[in-house]
Amino acid sequence: MVDAFLTYGFLQRALLAGVFVAIACAVLGVFLILRRDAMIGHGLAHVTFAGVALGLFLKVMPLLAALVIAVLTALGIMRIKEKAGLYGDTAIAIFSSTGFAVGLLLVTLARSYNVDLFSYLFGEILAIKATEVWLSIGLATVVVVAVIFNYHKFMYTTFDRQSARASGIHVARLDVLITTLTAVTVVLGMKIVGLLLVAALIVIPAAAGLQLASSFKQAIFVSTFVALVSVVLGLILAYFFDVPASGAIVVLSFVIFSLFLLIKKEKRLW
Amino acid sequence: MDLAADNQQLLINVNNVSFRYDSVPVLEEVSFHIHSGDFLAIIGPNGSGKTTLIKIILGLLEPTQGEVQILGKALSEFSEWQKIGYVPQKATHFDPFFPVSVREVVAMGLLSQKRFPGRTRKEEEELIQKALEQVGMDSFKNRRIGNLSGGQQQRVFIARAVVNQPHILFLDEPTTGVDAETQGHFYDMLDTLNRKEQITIVLITHEIGIINKHVNRVACLNHRLIYHGTHQEFCRSEAFKNMLAGGHHLISHRH
Repeated sequence: MVDAFLTYGFLQRALLAGVFVAIACAVLGVFLILRRDAMIGHGLAHVTFAGVALGLFLKVMPLLAALVIAVLTALGIMRIKEKAGLYGDTAIAIFSSTGFAVGLLLVTLARSYNVDLFSYLFGEILAIKATEVWLSIGLATVVVVAVIFNYHKFMYTTFDRQSARASGIHVARLDVLITTLTAVTVVLGMKIVGLLLVAALIVIPAAAGLQLASSFKQAIFVSTFVALVSVVLGLILAYFFDVPASGAIVVLSFVIFSLFLLIKKEKRLW
Repeated sequence: MDLAADNQQLLINVNNVSFRYDSVPVLEEVSFHIHSGDFLAIIGPNGSGKTTLIKIILGLLEPTQGEVQILGKALSEFSEWQKIGYVPQKATHFDPFFPVSVREVVAMGLLSQKRFPGRTRKEEEELIQKALEQVGMDSFKNRRIGNLSGGQQQRVFIARAVVNQPHILFLDEPTTGVDAETQGHFYDMLDTLNRKEQITIVLITHEIGIINKHVNRVACLNHRLIYHGTHQEFCRSEAFKNMLAGGHHLISHRH
């Protein structure tokens, strides 16, 4: 098994990109769940489809086109929530379905119903290119560093928004930052598990971590551990049993989440 | 004119402040001062604008008219928010499953001010420990906050508000839902913070019973400022008699 990872470049690239993206997803996922924004990943994934379609239509790198569209949409969702007084899930539903519809039209116009498009929808980590690996590593590092630098501020605004504002924290600026980081993370996760499953990579490891943690730091570390185990084991399963890596990664993270749920229940009984 | 106030530093100046929610007037031409050392109770019926007034002082709402100065600076120029502590109304209505320890909650008040994070320094740990000791919660610091009682949680939020060693502490109905005995201990703790730690306290409350024992100044609000002065004068005032006649909430504290 180790031989395969030492020998094949595509496995090394997949492992490298997977590890970095898993860390970014898990760290951000904890904040999103506690902010009651878990569904934003799902919504942005649909909009990202429009970005990918635009990239294919304009014949530019779909990952970059998706990144621009996802960030703009994320900021749009935030703005419409604030200005139009819409509930968060309503704003997400409007943008995500419209984004998916626009993507569908663009894909049809570009005649891009091909393998490339399906790799974005369902993920194809084993076929990830070297440039995409470096882009993933770079962006994932940006996400993690941004969270580390704003860790206490993010935690304070997530826990008690009003007191955080009264203590002089620029809550609106932090909202823009966390929303932008979410958009970046969705685009990163797209290459690993695909647009249709990327929300799972953000939400499930974080939800698992939150089952057992008694402190915020613990929640971040346990979530990251779950995400890493899911990605690495998922890749191994995908290679040896010839199953889609995206499916294996998400199912594994769900198994770990269920296990943690049982442990939590047992702990309560004792 | 209050002679005692002459020797004290002016911390907050509320000057002719009005506020409307849409077209509904909530505050009308409210003016008063808060000086260092004050233990001020802001009282008044529900919906009289008490919380709105505090939010305006803290910069959370913008007044439709008038201005607020903190430590001699207009709100728009004031940046030393670590000198102000705040415990909001319903502070304890947070998600009980939020995975945060007592120590982490108190640390939020201190470490969120840091420009660059990193390991907590020794002096920061000492401030966190001191704040927890001041509210008698140091033995709970590794407990998850969701597992504590309402009264204990409220103490932790006060520790978070005082960890920066503020000049002034605002509390918005801090004892709602807390039993009478715990309330008594709670107000004793505020007394200690006011007298020993020299923290000026501004307290929104419905409990007129605490005025005699704990506070030294009272502001009575009902959209307009009806009374502002010492608690002794307040107890003799028409405003006080009217509040009693209106069946305002009375709780007596036995210690």
